[in-house]
Amino acid sequence: MLKFGSYVRAANIDDALEVLRFKKGAMVLGGGIWMRLSNRTVPCVIDLSDCGLNTIEETDDEFRIGAYVTLRDLEVAGKLNAVTGNVLRDAVHDIVGVQMRQLATVGGSVFGRFGFSDVICALLALDTDVELAGAGRMPLAQFIDMPYELDVLTHVIVRKRDYRAAYQCMRKAATDFASANACAAYWDGSWHVSVGARPAKARLLAGDALGIASAEPTAEEIACAIEAVRSLKYSSNLWGSERYRRHLAGVLAARAIVEAAPYSSPEAADAARAVCSGEEAIA
Amino acid sequence: MSGKLMDVTVVLNGKKVAASVAPDQSLLAFVRDHGCKSVKCACETTNCGLCTVWLDGRAVLSCAVPMARANGHEVTTLEGLQAESADFARCMAEEGAEQCGFCSPGLIMNVLAMEREIRERAEAEGTAPAMPTEDDMNSYLAGNLCRCTGYTSQRRAIRRYMESRFAAAGEASAAAGEGE
Repeated sequence: MLKFGSYVRAANIDDALEVLRFKKGAMVLGGGIWMRLSNRTVPCVIDLSDCGLNTIEETDDEFRIGAYVTLRDLEVAGKLNAVTGNVLRDAVHDIVGVQMRQLATVGGSVFGRFGFSDVICALLALDTDVELAGAGRMPLAQFIDMPYELDVLTHVIVRKRDYRAAYQCMRKAATDFASANACAAYWDGSWHVSVGARPAKARLLAGDALGIASAEPTAEEIACAIEAVRSLKYSSNLWGSERYRRHLAGVLAARAIVEAAPYSSPEAADAARAVCSGEEAIA
Repeated sequence: MSGKLMDVTVVLNGKKVAASVAPDQSLLAFVRDHGCKSVKCACETTNCGLCTVWLDGRAVLSCAVPMARANGHEVTTLEGLQAESADFARCMAEEGAEQCGFCSPGLIMNVLAMEREIRERAEAEGTAPAMPTEDDMNSYLAGNLCRCTGYTSQRRAIRRYMESRFAAAGEASAAAGEGE
């Protein structure tokens, strides 16, 4: 059971950062869902509820998602989901139940950099930055590889692009962690494919590393993308073996690409789907 | 529980309650200590939905809310929704939608929250509230586990209740339209 050594309700981000850096063992409380499962005493828990981080702000160029926006808020954010091909809605839709998603926060999910995260996988394929009180703004792909620092995540920022995107995942049971997940997004003239629950942190493939040049990927290009996805590192845990995950990730990525691709002819779409069908069974 | 206590005030089922509690005490333990025994303690890992309460009108899992977070907010349990839950309770009885009954309070809280959310969203969008689809219901209630696996009868009761609520809303809206 999680115990609080002391509890600080920060009035603003600067205060929170100061307490975090000077109080040994202090931690910022997100939704508290994951943190509370541990059996320990956190010397100082910092609550950012009064810091105004629970809204999604829209500007001309981007959506600024506050760290305390809940996964349920993200799921029902109409404009944000309309612009991003509904991948955020689809990514969080099966995370336990509505009651849990009304507590879990975007900041907690992203700052935790959990390997199983559906949220990170979806955000990673989009043009996403994070904003930290100390380190400032940086791409999400850079942030997830950074070591855990004493910093406060304040916003997740999704730039507005002409997204065509789709999210795919495989769960053993409806509300379980994903055995593997993938998100494909076409924006700014190129494809971006993220793969998560490997079970390590999600990875992003784009450009030459992915092997898709066209907006409407051919069967050969999809085969290249599958190979690229399967060349990532995978490992085994309770949710799947390394071999199963490697195969599954290729299938999910291919399905996401085909779902997101704006095929202009039914023949091209059928050819692409045929690649996915051929990948269903482990050889 | 941590050693230092903090003074909290919550509005529990419409009544202001002040207490000195450990900031890490769960809202679940607090409401049960204050007589709201409909809120059940089960998985305590945010998976089963038995401890569902409303926090400022939104369904949440009370096992995951520390009292420090609940401080200053409005908390509603099934004890505070006796009148509002009567129609759904009748639907549950008519459809045989409970076996041991242990999960019923959490389920009822979440079904009423779903209805409330549908109405609020429709109002915000300026549209008539619509009957939820099967997918909507399954998705909204995925976090309510029934250890007797009585889902089929529960879904029948929910469908029956929603049909009664939203058919009435639709007719009222149509009648209002005719009157204009």
